[in-house]
Amino acid sequence: MKALRDIGLASGAAIVGAAVLVAVFAPLLVPHDPFAQDLSRRLLPPFWMEGAREGHLLGTDQLGRDYLSRLLYGARISMLIGIATTVASGLIGIALGVAGGFFGGRIDDAVLFAITARLSIPLILVALAVVSVVGSSLTVVVMTLGLLLWDRFAVVARVSTMQVRNLDFVAAAWAAGCSRSRIVLREILPNILSPLAVVATLEVALAILLEAALSFLGLGVPPPLPSWGLMIAEGKDYMFFSPWVIMIPGVALFVLVFGINLLGDGLRNLLRTGRVA
Amino acid sequence: MSRLLEVEALEVSFGAASAVRGASLALDRGETLCLVGESGCGKSVTALAVMGLLARNASRGAARLSFDGQDLRGLDERGMSRLRGNRMAMIFQEPMTSLNPAYTVGSQMAEVMLRHRGGTRAAAMARAEDLLGRVRITSPAMRLGQYPHQLSGGLRQRVMIAMALMCDPELLIADEPTTALDVTVQAQILRLLLDLQKDLGLAMLLITHDLGVVARVAHRVAVMYAGEVVETAAAADLFARPTHPYTRGLLACVPVPGKVARGAALGSIAGVVPRLGPGFSGCGFRDRCGEATAACGGTIARASAGEGHDYLCRLPPGWRAGAGAAP
Repeated sequence: MKALRDIGLASGAAIVGAAVLVAVFAPLLVPHDPFAQDLSRRLLPPFWMEGAREGHLLGTDQLGRDYLSRLLYGARISMLIGIATTVASGLIGIALGVAGGFFGGRIDDAVLFAITARLSIPLILVALAVVSVVGSSLTVVVMTLGLLLWDRFAVVARVSTMQVRNLDFVAAAWAAGCSRSRIVLREILPNILSPLAVVATLEVALAILLEAALSFLGLGVPPPLPSWGLMIAEGKDYMFFSPWVIMIPGVALFVLVFGINLLGDGLRNLLRTGRVA
Repeated sequence: MSRLLEVEALEVSFGAASAVRGASLALDRGETLCLVGESGCGKSVTALAVMGLLARNASRGAARLSFDGQDLRGLDERGMSRLRGNRMAMIFQEPMTSLNPAYTVGSQMAEVMLRHRGGTRAAAMARAEDLLGRVRITSPAMRLGQYPHQLSGGLRQRVMIAMALMCDPELLIADEPTTALDVTVQAQILRLLLDLQKDLGLAMLLITHDLGVVARVAHRVAVMYAGEVVETAAAADLFARPTHPYTRGLLACVPVPGKVARGAALGSIAGVVPRLGPGFSGCGFRDRCGEATAACGGTIARASAGEGHDYLCRLPPGWRAGAGAAP
């Protein structure tokens, strides 16, 4: 069981690490300009199929753009959205959760109400509505998802804060004359980071999937940015004769989200067994 | 010069339950006062009330609550936090959880110093190293860089003591500092506290339920029961002439090798500390007291059994069991 968990953690970390590297170094890795169209080379199949052309490892899309290059650039968009959204929602959620858990009473009631209210909002519908009103752009997608995905951060931060707040070392810190902000920043926050790190990985995965869904519906990042969701959306008209155009980004999306979840689960197990604390 | 710590008629209640009901204490510089009593009689709450660290649902009142002549009752949170850790420090019962697991020993100790006294981090670290040596931790320089989980319970309690001493406090409140430790370590920690107290001229308020501890370290003893200080005396006087029935009961609970027959029942006081509401009057111990009469339901005056020896009971000093039952 333990070995299996370690394999999970290691492969998750490997996948996420690879995705981050690809995202960072995409401009150096791509064989072609991902935006360059060549209508004479439309819908070329990838290397394992008949009719593949040299120079286009994963074929081309309906506008003759190199699919590998678009895939690598797509990793950038996915990682950017995943991380930026998680940072934004983490800031909101952790601030609310810690405030509720630390102060209790009325403030906690307000935080709980906000969490409940947020949980009763249908995510994708609101995201769709906002994006269709404001217009779609990378920033809008990040802001919208960031303002919607803070609930798990808040729940976990609130409960962990309540637990840590009553521990003896916090009492000792009060007795040593620490101020309230000092207690929150130095005593409580560092000791609730591990559960929050697990939440963060899962939120990254969720944000990436939501972005793909929004882009597929045409309300995510605008073309010609090579988002994986957008690639699936653009390829869906050709899927019967050129199935790879949706298969390749679909598999990429699956592998990345799978890897992030493996990493999150592995982290959780690692932190729970107290090997890192 | 006024006394270092003066507490008069301290009242603490949590909603309808009174935890401390008119307790009075006084402590001079360089003196060790032991606060004894069984669980739930208000010892820890008294200490927390002095430090201003009561939970938010508690309410505190006192006729007098002063530290070095400064009235603590009107002091705001800022004022209190300037005193805490600086001029009055506190160590807790549970050394395993009293240190923040996220920082090294050194950085936690230096933090206290930097907060109250300022100065450079290097100076604070040097002071921390010096104090770790003083609390007899071997290779203090190495310990500074260690995390709490790398230390044993006894070591952590030494670190806690050293941390409490960072700013040269005048008053050290120790809430059952040896209860969670095993016996040999207990003895070492007590010895250490005693030596430090002598060397540094600390006033120490030591909370304990262990009369063995009291006999070894206390100058004066205050026995608490149900939120009241029922007897105060110099330590030797208290052991020689315990006067309040509760004090006598407590002392009877301590087995003495050779005096108590093997296999004989150990002493105990039947019943538990009552939960008292604000309307309660009379002696809080009367339900468990062998000498109780109807008169114990009335107001009990504080009586004297000699110089500096007060008790809260209607029985005369030197009463004998059974004799007090006659009106």
